[in-house]
Amino acid sequence: MTRLFIILALGLAACTNSSLRGTGDLGVVVERAAGRVMLIETTQRTAIGRVDGLGDLSHASVVFSRDARYAYVFGRDGGLSKVDLLGARIERRVIQSGNAIGGAISQDGRLVAAANYTPGGIRIFDAGTLELLSEVPTGAKVVGIADAPGNRFVFSLFESGEIWVVDASIPRDPKTLRLKDIGKQPYDGFVTPDGRHYIAGLYGEDGLALVDLWHPDRGARRVLQGYGRGEEPLPVYKMPHLRGWAAAGRYLFLPAIGRHEVLVLDRSSWTEAARIPVRGQPVFAVAQPGGRRVWVNFALPHNDTVQVIDVDAMQVVKELRPGRAVLHLEFTPRGEQVWVSSRDDDAVAVYDTATYAELARLRAEKPSGIFLTSRAAMTGF
Amino acid sequence: MLSAAAVAQPAPERRAELVELVRHDCGSCHGLTLKGGLGPSLEPSALAGKDSEFLSFVILHGPRGTPMPPWRGQLAEDEARWIVESLKRGLPK
Repeated sequence: MTRLFIILALGLAACTNSSLRGTGDLGVVVERAAGRVMLIETTQRTAIGRVDGLGDLSHASVVFSRDARYAYVFGRDGGLSKVDLLGARIERRVIQSGNAIGGAISQDGRLVAAANYTPGGIRIFDAGTLELLSEVPTGAKVVGIADAPGNRFVFSLFESGEIWVVDASIPRDPKTLRLKDIGKQPYDGFVTPDGRHYIAGLYGEDGLALVDLWHPDRGARRVLQGYGRGEEPLPVYKMPHLRGWAAAGRYLFLPAIGRHEVLVLDRSSWTEAARIPVRGQPVFAVAQPGGRRVWVNFALPHNDTVQVIDVDAMQVVKELRPGRAVLHLEFTPRGEQVWVSSRDDDAVAVYDTATYAELARLRAEKPSGIFLTSRAAMTGF
Repeated sequence: MLSAAAVAQPAPERRAELVELVRHDCGSCHGLTLKGGLGPSLEPSALAGKDSEFLSFVILHGPRGTPMPPWRGQLAEDEARWIVESLKRGLPK
């Protein structure tokens, strides 16, 4: 009897073991029109499941829990969902506002902050339970939210041209530092990979706003001022995005607004190091891990193209056509693959970054953002 | 009513493309459900009472001081008018 029990127990343990897996090669692809995410793994390059019921994902973004098991999905309709990647299900979900743009997770992983358009402000939640802990109303649309060391959340205000640094060390009583007159119409922002600087792109003027997060009280300074040289800007059919790894060594690669150029900012002097002519209005400029190349996608009507910039040569060395309406690209943590979404071809293409060979093509319904769990360990998300 | 009737109708295939464009490209800023985002709501209730000619001018030329681009490079005048009338009625699925 005892013996039989032991054998049964061993059998059970074996079953359980076979289903154990890590999350280091997992990620999600947003299927924006279906209100769903596709769960992917980057080792065999397959879809391993789908999670429905996430609401309006027209401008969705995703951050990960510090153990990289859960994805927090921020939907346009104010929905905040905690998705269990291993269970392929929604663990918890709250509707936290009327109209949201994104969010971030704190350095210690205990807090998730959602950035809202309506009503303007951020709301801070317990990452475990999604209980609302506090809110910081802004009276303006919040853009470019990022996490910064010290359990701080940094973001910009579109209408009022401000950057706010919120210290959420005491989650129910956050302290806000308001930096005013940072520039006209900030449209997005990001924190450098080392967590030291916050940079906001400005739509209403040629330039960017820079905050040293070691000394936020010193305020924001303008960099790359007047990069358009007074020329009439070209129409921008899709707002550029700054969140992503645009840092390659000492350089930051940033989409110019209203010109077909990628701007290169030298971090040692905060001056322009180069500007690289590209196919169209850049949307994302993302550095391949290691910083050897920067991959760029574009707004309409050049949104079927991806260009690759060589950082040594400071010029475009490769052009790819992954499909119609390329919305996003994401590198595996060590940069050997890049995943690219093509909304109008209902496909996600995977490329070998060394040879540019297409390794896989997955079906996905109107895919937009691609988010891999390696983000769990990165500052700024 | 008169103005709607006077608008030249784009061909059916083009109409399907325009609906896709409004939902996805306009939707990037105005929301996939058109309830608003960085840009305002484009739901029928939000557009009710607004002059159609003015709204198509906004689409074609882009309102000054906002991030909205002029779409005249991508859209013909009658297409902009058709989009306005469709939005006012509620965009077809």
